[in-house]
Amino acid sequence: MSFISYLVSGLSLGSIYALIALGYTMVYGIAKMLNFAHGDIIMVGGYAAFLAMSASWCPIWLAMIISVTVCTVLGVVIEKVAYRPLRSAPPLAVLITAIGVSYLLQNIALLTQSATPKTFKSIAAGAPPFLLVFEGKAPLFFTKLSDSPYGGESPVLTISMETFLAIVVSLVIMAALTLFINKTKAGKAMLACSEDRGAAQLMGINVNATISMTFAIGSALAAVAAMLMCSAYPLLSPTTGSMPGIKAFVAAVFGGIGSIPGAMIGGVLLGVIEQLSKAYISSQLSDAIVFLVLIVVLIIRPTGIMGKKISEKV
Amino acid sequence: MRKTTKNNLITFGGTTVLAVVMAVLSAAGALNSKTSGLLIPMGIYIILAISLNLTVGILGELSLGHAGFMCIGAYVSGAFSLVFQNTISPVWLRFSLAIIFGAVMAAVFGILIGIPVLRLRGDYLAIVTLGFGEIMKSIANNIYLTEDKNGLHFGFTNPPSGIDSETKRELLKGPIGMAAPQDTTIWAVIAVLLICLAILMMFIDSRSGRACMAVRDNYIAAQSVGINVTKYRLMAFTLSAAIAGAAGALYSHSISLLAAKKFDYNLSILILVFVVLGGLGSLRGSIIATIILYALPELFLREAGNLRMLLYAIILIVMMLWTNAPFGIRLRERILNSGFVMKLKAKFNRKKAGAGGAENE
Amino acid sequence: MSENNPALEVRNLSIQFGGLKAVDDLSMTIEKGALYGLIGPNGAGKTTVFNMLTGVYKPTSGSVLLEGENITGRSPTEINKAGIARTFQNIRLFKAMSVLDNVKAGLHNETHYTAIEGALRLPRYFREEKRVTEKAKELLGVFGLEKELDTKAQNLPYGKQRKLEIARALATDPKVLLLDEPAAGMNPNETAELMDTIRFVREKFDVTVLLIEHDMRLVSGICERVTVLNFGQELAQGETSAVLNDPKVITAYLGE
Repeated sequence: MSFISYLVSGLSLGSIYALIALGYTMVYGIAKMLNFAHGDIIMVGGYAAFLAMSASWCPIWLAMIISVTVCTVLGVVIEKVAYRPLRSAPPLAVLITAIGVSYLLQNIALLTQSATPKTFKSIAAGAPPFLLVFEGKAPLFFTKLSDSPYGGESPVLTISMETFLAIVVSLVIMAALTLFINKTKAGKAMLACSEDRGAAQLMGINVNATISMTFAIGSALAAVAAMLMCSAYPLLSPTTGSMPGIKAFVAAVFGGIGSIPGAMIGGVLLGVIEQLSKAYISSQLSDAIVFLVLIVVLIIRPTGIMGKKISEKV
Repeated sequence: MRKTTKNNLITFGGTTVLAVVMAVLSAAGALNSKTSGLLIPMGIYIILAISLNLTVGILGELSLGHAGFMCIGAYVSGAFSLVFQNTISPVWLRFSLAIIFGAVMAAVFGILIGIPVLRLRGDYLAIVTLGFGEIMKSIANNIYLTEDKNGLHFGFTNPPSGIDSETKRELLKGPIGMAAPQDTTIWAVIAVLLICLAILMMFIDSRSGRACMAVRDNYIAAQSVGINVTKYRLMAFTLSAAIAGAAGALYSHSISLLAAKKFDYNLSILILVFVVLGGLGSLRGSIIATIILYALPELFLREAGNLRMLLYAIILIVMMLWTNAPFGIRLRERILNSGFVMKLKAKFNRKKAGAGGAENE
Repeated sequence: MSENNPALEVRNLSIQFGGLKAVDDLSMTIEKGALYGLIGPNGAGKTTVFNMLTGVYKPTSGSVLLEGENITGRSPTEINKAGIARTFQNIRLFKAMSVLDNVKAGLHNETHYTAIEGALRLPRYFREEKRVTEKAKELLGVFGLEKELDTKAQNLPYGKQRKLEIARALATDPKVLLLDEPAAGMNPNETAELMDTIRFVREKFDVTVLLIEHDMRLVSGICERVTVLNFGQELAQGETSAVLNDPKVITAYLGE
């Protein structure tokens, strides 16, 4: 039984990683840069929602909208101010700038919100958990154990509302994003920019606008991830976003950078690996194991599970 | 004399003079204890900065795991000193061996991690080295080394099994850390710094250094003139790791209790800030930037530690925009070509000519 | 390896990217000391041929023989050591390094001391550095760059960047020199000068030259033989004047 509950918590964590990884993978695919600050946008999203919710008049749905708006604007502004001027600069300069932005956001948060962690009020607060009851062949869902026709003795798996939401929301978002990219004009413009920016420009696509839009979508996803993550793991501090951000990048690489289903698979796999190694190997070494997996994956298959080979044109 | 040689001599001489003067002032009691206390960590940071500059500035790859190599050097040398604390009697000999051992082990890890990792480039390399640093930190945070009458016991649990409790002596204590003998003196730091600086300068200004820079500027062209790209990437990465290991050794012998959590991602970033402000590829710049960014805030901004980190973040962004963004480049050129700077230059050149220095430009 | 082997022999060389045959069954024989042209419309696969000859791409089939020695499938580094050097269509200099250091990097395998001898400044370092620096200066003199030794390569004007790239390639002491559009972006005077330089280089360095070029004055002016590529396939081959007057070739360039 415990294995399945670890697996479920891994799926939940992995779904959050997947949402963050989607942001990384889209930005990487189109702007060809590693947006190191992506994890810290999550942190900003968390604080935005937290501050909004701490005002008594603000309902949860409004806090969510505020958080998404703040992150979207922040993502676009960062791109415009820090990354766009460096579009033709060497990759090293862009990467260092991104690290600077990440550090900047963390330290602004530290100065304005202090290092003391805040307790985040779950967006699903008060919602009863699901109980999954195993009896015979068919697992059954209930919200109260007394509703079970088998009585109280069957093995029970509790799935919190937060876990449930994380998995469902990320699945829905991924489906929506895939549709958006393949079916809409704006989405196709993004695909074109990721293939060949110069050619896309010649075809009349506004490259700057497309890159801005990519940052906007990625940052909005980061806000969603922030609320799901802070609901499941309710401590919020200025460094909340950095480790999940880095791990989500690992997930994006794992799944193949630039690939949307890859980000999803990579995120979920990474979450499951992390939770299982916490449970069965060592909770202190679980981060080390995650990074070890990354190194092994990159050695065996540098382009990730779903990635395609990118080679420089000579 | 060649321009490079001259520049190197100025940097090396200046560093030597400055370091010795500070050490003598400190020994004579002319500095307050706060300033004196800054000298050893500052020297260690300078060593780290120049070694990272080899990877980032000369090889052109961003390593975010520099703290990991420092961690290896710190732990290996510390354990060495603790194990031989009563066996090797002259402290200088034991300490020298500890530093060398720490540097060599860091180099070994540099090769082991470099062989797979250096097949990657750019963002991937950065993230993998970051991961490597985190792995090293996690492992160091969980190792226990205990000595008893049967010898050394090593493990990931406390205490490692089968310890004789009568004669046990705990050397590495997991998250609590390690208390290596405090052998690091300002003179030891100066010696290691000058040796590392000299080696780096001579390495960079040689066939190997040229090969590394060629790989940095254009690896396809470097291959096309017969340079073995992998070999030189590995060589620079390993040398950089070894020097970081030596810095780690100095570090672990300079504080009373060393905990692995010190060697985190933030430390790697801090060193990167020094390197970036000083200018990628410039050892002299790294030294000056470290002095400015480390010592000045410590002396004047101590109260506002967070403000300092904010400053570092802004430096990273502004430096990159300044050196790489089109408007930064334009602004820089405008300043360099402005009347004031031109006048200064002309004055300087006249002076040089007046002094009889018939330098050819 | 007999004396009579051609400098470079390409046998049935093909490469496929996905479904596209970028180069299809190309064969050429380039005699020692020749000045050989590889021409064709844009996208014909000329640079791809260079990339296969220098190991940047691995051919799908076929082989490359350098003075009779099969070098197919070797790495770019090994192929340069075997004796092929090249320039690039989109100039690839070591931008942040000085002009002198660019050529000294080209002399990398000519510089005989180890990394440790260099880092410890043992006597061989000084001896070799002196020798190599002289050699580099001499080479730069051939291309009229002796006044710009300390200039950063990226600060050179375009024409001089092209020359520096040729000097760097020659520094590796090649048997065969591949030039990818050496006259691109040059005005007629510069092109004329370049033609003289290429002829001079062939004599002085005893090297076989294979070049890709769109400037037909240059091709007809200095190439003894040419191969015309079109859509990855050989369209014509032979003496320059004959090939350039071939109706097939004219059609390929100008259309029907």
